[in-house]
Amino acid sequence: MDNLGIIFGLIGAALATFMAGTGSAIGVGRAGVAASGVLAEDPSKFGKVLIFQLLPATQGIYGLLVAFLILSNIGVLGGDPNISAAKGLLYLAASLPIAFSGLFSAIYQGNCSVAGIGTISKRPDQFGKTILLPAMVETYAILALLISMLAVFNIPGLNL
Amino acid sequence: MKKDYTYAVARIRSRELSLLSRKDIDNLIGAKSYDDCLQYLYDKGFGDDGQDSDVSALLAAERKKLWSLMAELTDDLSPFDVFRYADDFHNLKVSVKAVTRDINPDGMFMQNGTVSGEKIYEAIKAHNYKLLPEHLQKSAQQAMTTLLQTGDGQLCDVIIDTDCLNSIYKKANETDSEVIKLYAELTVAAADIKTAVRCEKTGKSLDFIFSALAPCESVNITLLAKAAAKSIEDIYGYLSTTSYSSAVDALKTSPSAFEKWCDDKLIDSIKPQKSEPFTIGPLAAYIIARENEIKAVRLILSAKLNDLDSDAVNERLRDMYV
Repeated sequence: MDNLGIIFGLIGAALATFMAGTGSAIGVGRAGVAASGVLAEDPSKFGKVLIFQLLPATQGIYGLLVAFLILSNIGVLGGDPNISAAKGLLYLAASLPIAFSGLFSAIYQGNCSVAGIGTISKRPDQFGKTILLPAMVETYAILALLISMLAVFNIPGLNL
Repeated sequence: MKKDYTYAVARIRSRELSLLSRKDIDNLIGAKSYDDCLQYLYDKGFGDDGQDSDVSALLAAERKKLWSLMAELTDDLSPFDVFRYADDFHNLKVSVKAVTRDINPDGMFMQNGTVSGEKIYEAIKAHNYKLLPEHLQKSAQQAMTTLLQTGDGQLCDVIIDTDCLNSIYKKANETDSEVIKLYAELTVAAADIKTAVRCEKTGKSLDFIFSALAPCESVNITLLAKAAAKSIEDIYGYLSTTSYSSAVDALKTSPSAFEKWCDDKLIDSIKPQKSEPFTIGPLAAYIIARENEIKAVRLILSAKLNDLDSDAVNERLRDMYV
């Protein structure tokens, strides 16, 4: 098949969006449930709990960014769509770090946000310290994003 | 699928802010009068719009609020039945005695059981035990038969109390909550130890003692019953070989000191639930903490009404959850 390259590339873009997005949806949803619980008792904490709820949303954005770059490089969004099967597979491999790390880090960041929401419902003065804890989980999503982006940026220069 | 309690736990975290702290308890003890205490409690949200000046009515309103909140937080209250069985069995006791002695039980029922006291009374009156929930059927039949045949109220109480403990233990072990299991374990073990001590003091037979004890994991009731049939020193000796060895000093002091030891142990054991965000544990811990708080308020208000000094109150006060 002549189109294998673009098929592999598209699968990579789909995985990055789907898996990281799913993780974010689970994390944001879980934190949203806890946030609703706090707001039912104390609506004045809306601003604080909203920030906690939004923390796991970033993985979905990272997945989208990597997918957009892949689509752009494989010619789906314009340009030359003739890429080799080997390059297509490389794009697929490049999408995996953000796909898997996005999925799991968003879920665990959501769990951590839920715990943080519980803490600030009792100790709103500890918001600054508490927000750092789920933010730590973000590190691993950023590392995965970095590797995925470095790979996607450098695949076109490879002579395959 | 395991039930998710994220929403309920988040609400409970906010509610924990309104639990009475040790500082609140000290303020209540230091209040000049009963009315000042009541005013402090109204300010903290106790009672229905500050209308209840009677201790029982005030605290009954608080327990009602607790269970209304739980019903609001979860669509299935059955995992919390272990906390409500005591009310069920109290109502059964009232009903059995009211029917056999032909007295009106109005005003004697507890309000937060799994079934209303009036329904239990109607079932007992009609001798139709199938109208009762399963956990009350056997107990109701046995208690009625015993009371009608022997007229022995104490034996009737023993049957109901032992079945109550057995039901709590059985129900708790059907759940997957460590807090609920721990509550049942401590409740049954503490009741067994208190029963053993009382039986030893009143010189009951080994058979009677054994029938009055409910089995649990942390206490071997055969050894406890044999010890109780001999002497109080044997009870202390047996307990020193169990996880209740540190309770021996409290037991030697007084029954109320032992009750305080049990409640403090329970409160101490549930404190890790303050950092658990997803399971039923924090809800169960909140129920225990609220009941503990109600117990403390009852003690303080009764002391104020009877002009007891604050040292006597402090001796009996339990540790608070927050």
